[in-house]
Amino acid sequence: MIVVDDAIRCDACPVLCYIKPGRTGSCDRYGNHNGQLVRLDPHVMLERAQSRGDSLVPFLGKSREWDGNLVNDAETFVTAIGAGTTYPDYKPAPFIISSQVEGVDMVTVVTEGIFSYCGVKLKIDTDRHLGAECSTVRAQGEAVGHVTTSEYGSQMLSLGGVRHLTSGSRHEGTVTCDTLLHLCNGRAVELQIDDGARIVVQAGKPPIVDGVQEERMRVGCGSATIGMFAKQWFGKVDEVVVVDDHITGVLSEHQAGKLFGVPETGIKMKGRRSTPGRYFKVAEPGTSWGGTSITDPLSILAPFDPEIAKPGLSLLMVSTTGEQFAYYELDDALRAVEKDLPPSLQESVARIRENCEPALCTVLFMGGAGGSLRAGVTENPVKLTLSVRDALTRVTSGGAPVYVWPGGGITYMVDVSRMPQNAFGYVPTPALVAPIEFTMKLANYAALGGHMDYVRPLSSIRRNDEVSKTVAPREDNPWPLQSGKAPQK
Amino acid sequence: MNPRAQIRLLPDGRRLHMHDGPIDLIIEAFGALAEIQAAYRAAVARFNFVLDELCGELVFLRQPTRVNSPLPQGTVAGRMAAAVTPYAALTFITPMAAVAGAVAEEILRAMTRSADLSRAYVNDGGDIALHLAPGEKFTIGMVERPDRPSLFGTTTIDAATSIRGIATSGWRGRSFSLGIADAVTVLAGTAAMADAAATIIANAIDLPGHPAIVRIPANELQPDTDLGDRLVTQSVGQLTPNEVHAALAAGIRVAESLLGQDLIRAAALSLQGETRLVEAPRGIHKNSTAESVLGGAALQRCDKLPILQGGFSR
Repeated sequence: MIVVDDAIRCDACPVLCYIKPGRTGSCDRYGNHNGQLVRLDPHVMLERAQSRGDSLVPFLGKSREWDGNLVNDAETFVTAIGAGTTYPDYKPAPFIISSQVEGVDMVTVVTEGIFSYCGVKLKIDTDRHLGAECSTVRAQGEAVGHVTTSEYGSQMLSLGGVRHLTSGSRHEGTVTCDTLLHLCNGRAVELQIDDGARIVVQAGKPPIVDGVQEERMRVGCGSATIGMFAKQWFGKVDEVVVVDDHITGVLSEHQAGKLFGVPETGIKMKGRRSTPGRYFKVAEPGTSWGGTSITDPLSILAPFDPEIAKPGLSLLMVSTTGEQFAYYELDDALRAVEKDLPPSLQESVARIRENCEPALCTVLFMGGAGGSLRAGVTENPVKLTLSVRDALTRVTSGGAPVYVWPGGGITYMVDVSRMPQNAFGYVPTPALVAPIEFTMKLANYAALGGHMDYVRPLSSIRRNDEVSKTVAPREDNPWPLQSGKAPQK
Repeated sequence: MNPRAQIRLLPDGRRLHMHDGPIDLIIEAFGALAEIQAAYRAAVARFNFVLDELCGELVFLRQPTRVNSPLPQGTVAGRMAAAVTPYAALTFITPMAAVAGAVAEEILRAMTRSADLSRAYVNDGGDIALHLAPGEKFTIGMVERPDRPSLFGTTTIDAATSIRGIATSGWRGRSFSLGIADAVTVLAGTAAMADAAATIIANAIDLPGHPAIVRIPANELQPDTDLGDRLVTQSVGQLTPNEVHAALAAGIRVAESLLGQDLIRAAALSLQGETRLVEAPRGIHKNSTAESVLGGAALQRCDKLPILQGGFSR
């Protein structure tokens, strides 16, 4: 037996393979990763795993032993693997050859729903002010939705809905449908908010607000930023103001500054003081510093208190994303004079920036399956609703997991970025056409009045059909035919 | 109990997954619940000893088999030796060429001895042992590229045939191959026979000396391989249609010879998108002839009517 110097001997099993760097043993499961024995999970070739960025996992995370029982766990009760797509099995075993079971144990009802009651919920990661709540959002001049609540670091828009689709003018409906279709299919859309910003939004991409691409979400509000970075600023600068449309923070007054013994500086803030070191409404909302309208940060300061402030006092002003910053020192008249940012502070500003996550637009499609859609599944539509409610039937949209709203009907939301490309279509009604699949046990399908005559084996829908296209499933989506129990818990 | 073995039911609640070292089995039995339980218990009981038995005579099992080689001791090893001996006079082969099929067969035998099953399969990484009670059948899908699994054909095996084993070999698979086939799938009387034959046919599909084929001595990749310093295929560049044809023709000659000697029942040879079938009158159906399997049903996409998909067990 040749033992090459750099091979390691695996003792995970009695085969005792010698494994060279970058290779796996005969099991394909243990590999030599830079001289370390690692386990690969599941069963993928080491090079392949590394090239794909798959996980290398530490030794022997033991799966639960089979207890000899055929009764299922509560969490795993639906059976069968559907193979219209090329989802690999438990492991991508070489040439794994599938035994197709003739009896159909599972059914998936695949239908394309025509949704008049539908829309998108758009989350735009930005601290810039896009428009007042309830402001109308327009595309091509037509009202297609409205501004809804602000969420942490984000602005929410609600677009579409039956009122814009079918209750307004014909043109309004067409433009709304077009806007929804583009957003759901992952394309960019330009929107104008009444008395607000002009934005370009696209699922999974940074928003563009008034022509400026948003880069980062703020790390926290101004007050939180003071709390996070007080220690790094202490001793390097006398005063820090973190400018934020929501809560602007002031180091020397803030609890965090007090903790480090930061002395008073005589700073005077405009706006309304909330608690020490925290100010509301230092400026109007806008698209500049920290989501305010200001371009000159000194505009939010009143003159320093001459009783306390001293010439030479240093002041850092920075936005919640670190994208804007300025450094000042007080002259003999206690006026702030801008100077270059000292190297000792550059790191903290960069750190704020680093801690801000990439700003994205995310698009959730929301629609309700009406009676006629449900009738395509069963002769007695309400039974489908009840079956979904009882978690006997799993709902997916283009294979992606959905959140089904509690309460009546089947109203669901899905992240369009988890769906195959161009999954949506439209009809001139106007209404959106979205894929929706209901997966359930065959026995349950029969029980809820399913169209049993139309049940056909998967083998009749083969990949050589001109009309069918095989797409790889997204790895972060649960496989639709697995575990039908309450997918969104 | 063997402390290494990982044994669990897959999430579908039907298939049993057993893993120990390089052995990875997916098992499914069909029949009355009590029989399935008994079969699975028997499978586990046997499985716990298989790897240790094999490793006990691993050095011998990695030696080339000759016509007069002594028989190994274990029952799995015995199945391996029996499957490769027909080739011993003609070519280099070691019992390891049939290890996966032999393990599958051994576990299936343990199950059918202990339980009354209508059908069962033991799938050892693509090498499959089948059990079919009279009147039963399995439909098998075939995959040529394990890195891009998708079916290139299906075949139905019913109890009336003598086919009880399926195996696939090729350079893209887990085991080393001396040839350039993407996949050779063989149907044979037993899984071990299919395993050995698939190896032999896949090795024969070759274009010796072709510059687009990268080969590396096996022991440079795996120091203790049974293949020693034989050159194993690492990658195959784009071949011309004539080259594909020539390489497949070499494999077809071997496969037809094995068919004539009753060592196999059918084989599907696949290289760079071309597939050739070698079979007695009935066997594997390529997708192009899928209509005949499906009773000629024309497939249409129905926008109004739901399309229902059926279960598929792997």
